[in-house]
Order: sequence, then structure tokens, then C-alpha cells
Amino acid sequence: MNGLALGSIYALIALGYTMVYGVLRFINFAHSDVLMLGAFSAYYLAPAVAQVLPLPSLAGALVVTLFACVLCAGLGVLIEFLAYRPLRSRPRLTVLITAIGVSLFIEFTCQHRAVFGADTKAFPKLLPESDFRLGDLIIGSNDLVVLVTTVLLLTGLWFVVQRTKIGTAMRAVSFNQQAAALMGIDINRIISFTFALGSALAAVAGILYALKAPGIDPLMGVQPGLRAFIAAVLGGIGNLPGAALGGLVIGLLETFAGGISGLSNYRDGIAFAILILILLFKPAGLLGKATVEKV
Amino acid sequence: MNATSILSVRNATIRFGGLTAVSELNLEIRPQELIGLIGPNGAGKTTAFNLITGVYQPTEGEIHFAGQPVAAKRPHHLTKMGIARTFQNIRLFGSLSVFDNVRAATQLHRSHGVRTALWRGASFAKAEAEVEREVLDLLEIFDLARLRDEEATCLPYGDQRRLEIVRALATKPKLLLLDEPAAGMNPTEKAELMRLIGFIRDKFGIAIMLVEHDMKVVMGICERIAVLEYGKKIAEGTPEEIRKDPKVIAAYLGTE
Amino acid sequence: MAADLKFPFPASLNGAKRWLLVAVVLSFLLSLGHYNRYYLGVTIDIGINIILAVSLNLINGYTGQFSLGHAGFMAVGAYTAAKFSLVFAPGVPEPLRPLLFLVALLLGGAVAAIAGLAVGVPSLRLKGDYLAIVTLGFGEIIRVIVQNMEAVGAASGLKGIPKYTTLGWTFALASATVYVVVSLVNSTYGRGFVAVKDDEVAASSMGINPVRYKVTAFVVGAFFAGIAGGLYAHHKQFLSPTGFDFLKSIDIVVMVILGGMGRTASVVVAAVVLTLLPEFLRQFADYRMIIYALLIIGLMMARPQGLFTFGRRAAA
Repeated sequence: MNGLALGSIYALIALGYTMVYGVLRFINFAHSDVLMLGAFSAYYLAPAVAQVLPLPSLAGALVVTLFACVLCAGLGVLIEFLAYRPLRSRPRLTVLITAIGVSLFIEFTCQHRAVFGADTKAFPKLLPESDFRLGDLIIGSNDLVVLVTTVLLLTGLWFVVQRTKIGTAMRAVSFNQQAAALMGIDINRIISFTFALGSALAAVAGILYALKAPGIDPLMGVQPGLRAFIAAVLGGIGNLPGAALGGLVIGLLETFAGGISGLSNYRDGIAFAILILILLFKPAGLLGKATVEKV
Repeated sequence: MNATSILSVRNATIRFGGLTAVSELNLEIRPQELIGLIGPNGAGKTTAFNLITGVYQPTEGEIHFAGQPVAAKRPHHLTKMGIARTFQNIRLFGSLSVFDNVRAATQLHRSHGVRTALWRGASFAKAEAEVEREVLDLLEIFDLARLRDEEATCLPYGDQRRLEIVRALATKPKLLLLDEPAAGMNPTEKAELMRLIGFIRDKFGIAIMLVEHDMKVVMGICERIAVLEYGKKIAEGTPEEIRKDPKVIAAYLGTE
Repeated sequence: MAADLKFPFPASLNGAKRWLLVAVVLSFLLSLGHYNRYYLGVTIDIGINIILAVSLNLINGYTGQFSLGHAGFMAVGAYTAAKFSLVFAPGVPEPLRPLLFLVALLLGGAVAAIAGLAVGVPSLRLKGDYLAIVTLGFGEIIRVIVQNMEAVGAASGLKGIPKYTTLGWTFALASATVYVVVSLVNSTYGRGFVAVKDDEVAASSMGINPVRYKVTAFVVGAFFAGIAGGLYAHHKQFLSPTGFDFLKSIDIVVMVILGGMGRTASVVVAAVVLTLLPEFLRQFADYRMIIYALLIIGLMMARPQGLFTFGRRAAA
């Protein structure tokens, strides 16, 4: 159960990586920091919201999350606008390094004592907690919340991408940017939208992750970010169902391995080991299409 | 297998999923022969080409070069056996100079070991000097020596095409395959190209096969022409025979 | 890049050997002097970073692969060499210690080279981001293994490594690294590396076996990263798994990019600059890493072709 919940969080983050990769073909290293900022905005918003709404409560949690989503969406768009857009026509490697730079910048800035400080903070209780009993299985309410939220968001995302005009435009841009531009699609708008969507998902993931974690700190995004990133590659980067599947696989395997004594110390390495093994046999990931170079 | 031919394609078939791109192709190429492979768009010319150069493996049938099977050999292996090629969309080494583009292709026959490369002794210097001479001679022949230090991708289109051919020749092939060499050329350049291809065959004494769209070019220089349509060979013969072949005319002009 | 292949040994290829000899002798002569401890330490750091950057440049710059795992190779070399010294140093008489050190370094390099082979082989099937991620993963796996290995101190680190690294050793080996990389690049290997980078399909059609060149780059690059690791271990005298994390790999990648990918001379300059920069920023301790991050971003926007490259450059 814990594995499923963890996997769902990874899936949410992985979707952000994969969506950005889909339209811009680079790995947005700063994505894991947006997740951290999502958790931190909730941390700072919660006391404010508590003035008007009872916390912990469902309504309060929803409001906090919504605000965090909007904040992070704006932030994601801003990062793209400031750091990535000027590099649009540059080699992908340049953009990749810039993304690493942005990630380091956010992490070190947030660690500065004038911002969040490097210490771990206790995340506020947003939701009432209780355990359910299902036969022999004990299910924490938080795990359940994580699962339900993820399922809802995945369905919503699927709807947006497959059934709306802007989703169709996203897919078009991802398929062939130039052709999409020639069809009258405003590329910049679509890319901003993609960043907003991915960052909002990351904010939710950050809050969900914080609910389960003992506390939050400016580097909290790094480990889940890395796992999610592996998940995205595992599923075949650029492929949305692949990212969701990859997230679940990584989350489940990690929890499973954590339960085996002797292996638990190697948890951090296991995700990578799995990834490398799978890529050896399927170089384009589980659901990725192998591209054959045309000669 | 025909003993006199250097390349023999026998019943080669390749399918991609449900699509049969090339079906039961038979083709013999003799040493020093100039042969053309033509056909309308999507007839399977490039696929046939990729079969011979090892980019694709045939689903059925076999291909022999100089008596040796070609199947399951990787492209660099085939080059070693003596098949060289050019590309439809020019693929020069963009960050190398004209000179180094050709020099890179000579190492098939002169590659240093790590020890030679690090020791840089007399044998290294001698080998380098020989390669340099060889490359310059080739560039000289094709009037590219004056451009030796230019970046390859900065050359005019026609020169790039020529350089690609020179680079292929530097591997000392027995068979040179040209993939749509006349693509994007104007009539003057085409005439020049035709002269060049004939010249290469006479000067280097190698077999040349060209896959080409342009009927005039193929008719003008090839001694033998094979025509593909829908992945099947519908005709083969001299330019005269091909020109009169009703099946070919139908394929190109459409049947009434 | 066309004109750069011959730099910095123009016509006389034999002369290069003499230069290497001069550099090695000079390094050892210089190390006889007495220096301020702090400056000496930083200078040795510079030498180690030159080895790391120049060797990574072979993989990322010339062969056009993208490795984010150089710190992993460095870790393999560092731990192997350190453990070797720790085990055998007590039984070796003082005058033979330099020999022991040399063996330790070479062993570290060799084990790292084997690791390079292990990473280089999957690299044959992977490209771009996938390769970057696999190498990143390799670095992380190394770190996790070391963290759990009691024999090398696990998470608390490996202490008490003898201080063998001197100015002489560092710069002699840095010269050797530059020599080897430049020699390889100015031979058929170099043409092969660049051809594979530019167009793998065309390269293989010219009889160039991409496998051979990619793996060679990885193995040679990893070997020198291992050597650098050994020097580092016997310089700091203490190894901790966190010293070889992702950030260290990024540092080296930034040096290579700053140097302009595939230009050995400017990569050397970049290694020097980027080692000194944090030292100069020491007075802004709090803002040091923030400035570093901004520098990376600014650099990518203003001069993605590298800071020390002038004149023409092929579009990448």
C-alpha cells in the first residue's frame, strides 16, 4: 500500500518531466525544486488559510493545495520564460546544463537563511488522519488520499491531453514543433501551458510527499525528483502513460526492496540498477517507441 | 551464384510489419559495371540500397558480395569488404575539415594502435604522411584540394556531393553505391555529375550502382538498368530496352 | 573545430614527447620548493581538476557522448588506490613508498577503466538523455555501494590515508593526461571520435566502427578519472561517499562546457578558473553556491560555446 502511494507520487512528478520533455526535448532538472517549492508554499500558506477555514480539514487542504498549485504553475512558467525560452534554438545540451543551473540556484537560494533556511521544518497537518482496517491490511488515510488524488489527476490530465483543444495542440507541438507552428499553433503559449500544468502537478506531488515525510527542507525534492526522473525514463520519456507506469514500478520496487533486510541500505541505488537493466533490453523505455534512424 | 559478379542479390525480401518493401529482388552486379536502379517514388529503391549496405537485414533471401554473405554484417564491416556508399541527404562530418573528412575514411586501411598513437615514433609519422599524400591526391583529382581546410558543411552543395563521393572512394571500394546523387542539382550540375561518374569508373576501375530518380542521368550513363515498382523488379536491361519496355512506361506514366 | 585537431602540437609530432618529459621533470623540480600550505593545496586541486576535465572532455567533447558519471569513476579510483595504500604501506620501507603510490594510482586507474568498460558497453545502445541518465545512475550506484561497504569506512568515510600526493605527482600526471588525450585526438582515433560524434551512420559506412571508438573514449576517460581519484585520496587523506555525488560530476561537466567541448587547451584553462573561482568567492561564503549556479546559467545564455573559445565553430 505504501509502495502504491509512493509510486503514485513518483508518477505525478514523472508526468511533469515527461510533458516538458515531450514539447522541448530536454530534462527539466528544476522540476524537483518546483515540487519542493510546492510543499513550502503549502507550509507558509497553511497558517493563513487556517484563519478562515478550519485546518486540518478537507476544504482547508483543498484551498491550500489550490493556492500552491497556482503559485507553482506561475513559477514554472516564469522559469521557462526566463531561463529556457532564450535558449530555444540552442543545442539541447546547453539547455540541459542551464536546467541544472536553475535547479542548483533554487536549491541554494532556498537554503539561505534569509529564505527558508537549510533546516528541516515540520509540515503542518492539512488533513485529519486515521487508519482503516481492511481485513489484515491497515491503510493509512494519507495513503488513501494520495491514491485517490493521483487517480483523479491522471484522469484529468488524460482528458486535457486527449480531449481538449489545447491538449491536441500540445501533442502536435510534441510531434513536430515546426509543423505545429505552421498550422497556426502558438508554440510559446503551449509550452507555457505545459510548464504550468507540470508544475501544478509537481506542487500537488510535493504536498502529498510532505504529508508522508517527517518534515520538509529545501533539498527534499532531490530524491523523489531523481526517482521520478528515472520513472519517466523507465516508462519511455515523453510518453505519459509510460511515466505513470514507471512511477508505480519504481515506488513498488523501492518499497519492496526496503522491506528486505540487507537490501534496504541500497535503496537509493536500486532504482537506478533497475533502470539500467531495463534500458539494456529496451533502450527506449518500457512504453517508448524505438526510433530507427532514417538513412 | 554467378561467378563473374561481385554483388549478387538473390530473392531478397524485406517486410516491415505488414508491408513488403522489397520482394524477391534478384540483382547481379559485375566488376566495373555501371548499373542504375530506378523506379517511381516509394518503389523500394532506398530500401534495396539499405539492404545491400547492411543497414537493413533481409527477411528472406541472401546477398553475397565478392563471394561472401553480406547478412548480419554491420555497415563498417561491409565497407571493409569493399562496399562504399553516399547518402541521399548528404551526411558529411560537420565539424571536420574537407581534408579530415576524407582522412577519416582512410583509416579503414591504416588505423594506429594505441601504442603507435601514443609513442608517435617514426612509423606513426610515416603512416600519417602516407595518408596525407593519399588524401591530397584524391582531393586533387576532384578539384577539392584548394578547399582542404574548409569546414565540410560550409561548401556549396555541389562540392559537398562531390566530397561525399571522394570520401567514399577513400575507403578503396570495389563497389560504390550512390544514393540519388543528382538530387537537387540543376541541368548543368547533372551533366557534370554524369561525366564525373563515368570518370570514376574508368579511373578507379570499380563497379558503381546508382539509385536515381532522374531518368536522364540514369539513361545517360548506365550500361544496365533495373526498374523497381512496388518493391518488385519489373524490368532489367540496357537503357534502350528499358526505354521501350511497356511495363516501365506504364509505371512511370500510369496505365490508361 | 576543424582547425583545432592539431592544436597544440602543430607540425612536429615527435616534439610532443619531449614536451611531456620537460613538463614531468619541471613538475617534480617545482615540488622541491616550500610553499604556503593553502596555496599548495589549491594548486594540487587545480591539477586534479585538469585531469578530470581533460579526461571527461574525451568522452563528452570529442566523442559527443554525454556522461554525468565522471565522479563515479573518480570514486572508484580514489577508494581503490586509498585502500591499496592503507593495506600495503605499513609493509613497504620508506624509500619504496613512491613506487607503492604509483602502483596504487595505476591500480585505481585500472579498476576505474574496468568500470568505464562496464558503462561504455551499454552506452553503445543508448543515446543522449538516456546515456546521461545511465551514467548518472552509475555514479549514484557507486556512491550507494561505497556507503555500505565497511571495508572502506562506509558512510563515515575512509580515514588516515597517507599523504603521498605532491605537486610533482599531480602535475606530472596532469601533463601525461593532456599528452595522452592530445595524442589520441591527433591520430586515427581522434578522427574516429569526431566522425562518430558528427554522424554515426556515415562513420560506420566509412568503415569506422562506432563501438570501438565510443568504448575507447569511455575506458581512457575513466582510467584518468581513476588516477585523479587516487591523487585526490592521497591529497585530502580522507574520503567520504558524499564527496563523489552528482554535484561533483556536474562540476566537471561545467568545466568541459566552459572550456568549449572538445578543445583540450581551453578545457585546461576552464579547470583552472573553476577551481579558483570558489576560492575567490570564499568571502561571500553564504552566497557562494548561489553565485556559482547563476554563473552556470549566465554562461549558457551568453557563451554556450565556452568561455575561452574564439573564432569559428561548427554549429553543434
